[in-house]
Amino acid sequence: MNFTLYLFYIFSFVLISSSLVVVSTRNMVIAVIFLILAFFNVAGLFVLLGAEYLAMLLVVVYVGAIAVLFLFVVMMLNVDAEFKENVNRRKPLITMLIVILFCEIFLITKFSTVNHAEITAKYPTPTDVHNTKAIGKILYTDFILPFQISGAILFVAMIGAIVLTMKTEARYIRKQSIFAQVSRSKKDTLEIVKVKSGEGIDL
Amino acid sequence: MYQIQQHYFTTLATILFCIGVGGIFLNRKNIISILMSIELMLLAVNINFVSFSVYLHDLLGQIFAIFVLTVAGAEAAIGLAILVVYFNNRKNIELENISSMKG
Repeated sequence: MNFTLYLFYIFSFVLISSSLVVVSTRNMVIAVIFLILAFFNVAGLFVLLGAEYLAMLLVVVYVGAIAVLFLFVVMMLNVDAEFKENVNRRKPLITMLIVILFCEIFLITKFSTVNHAEITAKYPTPTDVHNTKAIGKILYTDFILPFQISGAILFVAMIGAIVLTMKTEARYIRKQSIFAQVSRSKKDTLEIVKVKSGEGIDL
Repeated sequence: MYQIQQHYFTTLATILFCIGVGGIFLNRKNIISILMSIELMLLAVNINFVSFSVYLHDLLGQIFAIFVLTVAGAEAAIGLAILVVYFNNRKNIELENISSMKG
């Protein structure tokens, strides 16, 4: 056993145990914090694999955006107060089904007879440049259309989230009333008063 | 890196995916838990993509993992926005009455 294998076992153990905490805890804030821990461990696994760009992207996108979004919503909604403890009666059945699912996928992947060495790589990993540059060279040339489409998906999601959560009542939003501005005329707003000296004005 | 065999990563991704599926079925009361379980499942898929990409010396898997990440971000944003609106209307986030969103 060498050091890389130790690191792999440490990262995997923390990843699996923290994701078990995520799905089993009742406290949503703790669940989100353990989700962040799981994301960090997957980033460590990607660094072990040599996919540094994706590891850093995972930390930035998942931890910096998605997990913080979850934390924000959990703290804003305050759902723990009225969350009722309810015993799920079908828990053993579901657990058994999940174990069966795991065994099936594990057997398929372990004893698969697909020979991966025969598959020719369409975009072989270059050995002279680092990971980020290699990904960029492919992503901005051959995959420019999916890249732009994913940008459009993010844009639509952003607009959708804003439209869904925006309240339209007037006390939340102060809008410019263009009709009132344009229809102002000189005679409703301006009054010329002749001021005599020594008397002041009476408004 | 090549001391770690590839089926280690595949098994790890399988375990993570099954935990995500179990989380969906076990926490049927809480939508935030379900969204987090979906994130775990997408993470497992990403582990598979990246490990196959590295072991087959093909960058295509990492490119696709970036797109999976994008879609995961969009899905989380939309899901949480719907959740906030639902909570403002009904004052709880239980999944039992969510079919009332059909309109």
